[in-house]
Amino acid sequence: MRLFNLFKIATKAIILNKTRTLLTMLGIIIGVASVIAMLAIGEGSKESIRTTISAMGSNMITIRPGADDRGPARGSGGEVQTLTLKNFETIKEQATLLSYMTPVVNGSGQVINGSNNWPSTIYGVNPEYLNIKVVDLQSGSMFTDAEVQSASKVAVIGQTVVDNVFPDGQEPVGQMIRFNNIPFKVIGVLEEKGENTFGQDQDDVVIAPYTTVQKRILAIDYLNQIMASAISEDDAPEAVTQVTDILRTEHKLLDYEDDDFTVRSMEELISTFSSTSEMLTILLVAVASISLLIGGIGIMNIMYVSVKERTKEIGLRMAVGGKGSDILMQFLIEAILISITGGVLGVLLGLGATVFIEKFLNWPTSVALYSIVISFAVCAVTGIFFGWYPARKASALDPITALRYE
Amino acid sequence: MSKEIIKIEDLKREFTMGTETVHALRGISVTIKEGEFVTIMGSSGSGKSTMLNILGCLDQPTSGVYEIDGVSVKDLSRNQLATIRNEKIGFIFQSYNLLARTSAIENVELPLLYNSKVSTEERRERAIKALEMVGLGERLQHTPSQLSGGQQQRVAIARSLVNNPVMILADEATGNLDTRTSYEIMSLFQELNKQGITITFVTHEPDIATFSSRTVVLKDGEIIQDYQNHNVQSASAELAKLPKQED
Repeated sequence: MRLFNLFKIATKAIILNKTRTLLTMLGIIIGVASVIAMLAIGEGSKESIRTTISAMGSNMITIRPGADDRGPARGSGGEVQTLTLKNFETIKEQATLLSYMTPVVNGSGQVINGSNNWPSTIYGVNPEYLNIKVVDLQSGSMFTDAEVQSASKVAVIGQTVVDNVFPDGQEPVGQMIRFNNIPFKVIGVLEEKGENTFGQDQDDVVIAPYTTVQKRILAIDYLNQIMASAISEDDAPEAVTQVTDILRTEHKLLDYEDDDFTVRSMEELISTFSSTSEMLTILLVAVASISLLIGGIGIMNIMYVSVKERTKEIGLRMAVGGKGSDILMQFLIEAILISITGGVLGVLLGLGATVFIEKFLNWPTSVALYSIVISFAVCAVTGIFFGWYPARKASALDPITALRYE
Repeated sequence: MSKEIIKIEDLKREFTMGTETVHALRGISVTIKEGEFVTIMGSSGSGKSTMLNILGCLDQPTSGVYEIDGVSVKDLSRNQLATIRNEKIGFIFQSYNLLARTSAIENVELPLLYNSKVSTEERRERAIKALEMVGLGERLQHTPSQLSGGQQQRVAIARSLVNNPVMILADEATGNLDTRTSYEIMSLFQELNKQGITITFVTHEPDIATFSSRTVVLKDGEIIQDYQNHNVQSASAELAKLPKQED
């Protein structure tokens, strides 16, 4: 009953000072809205990284020759010839957690069809490549194991290559193209995948049996890479360990020697990129939080002025029987109401801003429920925290002095 | 023998200003009975305001006895004093002290908002009744800026009546009003007094004292005069004697 009355008194005071209340709220509104929008951007980019990487095959594992090249002054992986077909066979024989596996050799060159030509990359793989990369063909068929055995000059090409070397809209399947002057018969076209998160065109590829690429194009007998996929995403870390052990034995490495190859799962890649975007999110949220803090100080400022301005009213309220605690509660409720109303409006504005960012700037966003809950809680706490001091001051006034205050 | 509303015995109030001690009240004794209309007079510095503050339970005596309606005030806490003010005293101020941009009825309801024993309906009812008593039954929704000075003071009087206090305490209640309006207000006080309401009126205007039944005069913190007024003037009669106002 009493609290309800105080609530009524506080609401009344807010309504009587609409403009001032609204201006006070503005700080909170902007603060909350920016926290929500920033978190939405952060979450959105994190999610988009995750989905693109998952689309590339989330249980994919890559094995490259050479040590982890993240450290300084080490040879680039591509130049090291420690990964061989024999390694591939051994892993294939011994690893139990891998479902698909392919050797990879790759090189760049010119794709030529008559007068049209286009610079692209050729990947020499086996038929399991499609399963690992999770891609399908839009027409034609993949080459077979037999064609790999015989090093047939057949190729599957991506849409970008089709667009550039078959500009007249010819059906590419069955046509002959040349890659670095070696003729290939096009037997299939990959389905379109577009650009990945890192801006790489996933359709700008020529895929051929690795034997053909090794012998005819690159003239090498080692591998640039081995790609595999773990049985499931959860098995990926275990599979990485397993492959590492097999390769260490195979390469006869002693305990104190570093790996001369690098095994990485997509999961690691995801966490690397996620942590980058997470750091960015933290930065953005920190900036937004500062504006929320400033909003809170705005509330304190206005409440402080309000207490000064209404000293006489406080004196009267005390004279007619308002206790110190009543006055304290009244001003505290006022501050909390301002900040919570500001919080609600801020959430709405934040959601609006998020939609705007998604629609007009085409940035991926994702509003997390926790961001709303947190910013709302922060609002309420801000109200109590910054409302307390002025309210305390009001409640401690001496009624005689307050009544005489001009 | 009617009930004693106020009982003051050898009451002292001292203030310490730096190293000096100011004796605002130097041991006064006074008793106010139910139904009395007392004016407390005195020039500035006489201790009038200090006495008013103590009577109104806004301040506490340094020593001596102060009882209101049988309750000894001396050792009460801040909160207990607030409750006494809420339930036993009706305040009227020189500058009305109404809440701006707030309707008459809401202003009158104010003391009851701090009394959790009174329900919303009862609060409204009592506020309407109090406003009717002061002749403002038609102006419930007017805000102070829409009312004249006299009407604003009537709202304040209604506010002092709404909690059914044992005593109304008026501090220079006619100080801001012209003669005509102050006579109107005094006649309202006389009417309320006739209905049995105890009124203590602090003023420095001698003509106001002629409307009350008893006068207490303070000087330098002591009571120098305390007399019954056997020839109480009727404020409404005085009002009729004033030259007619031209509208």
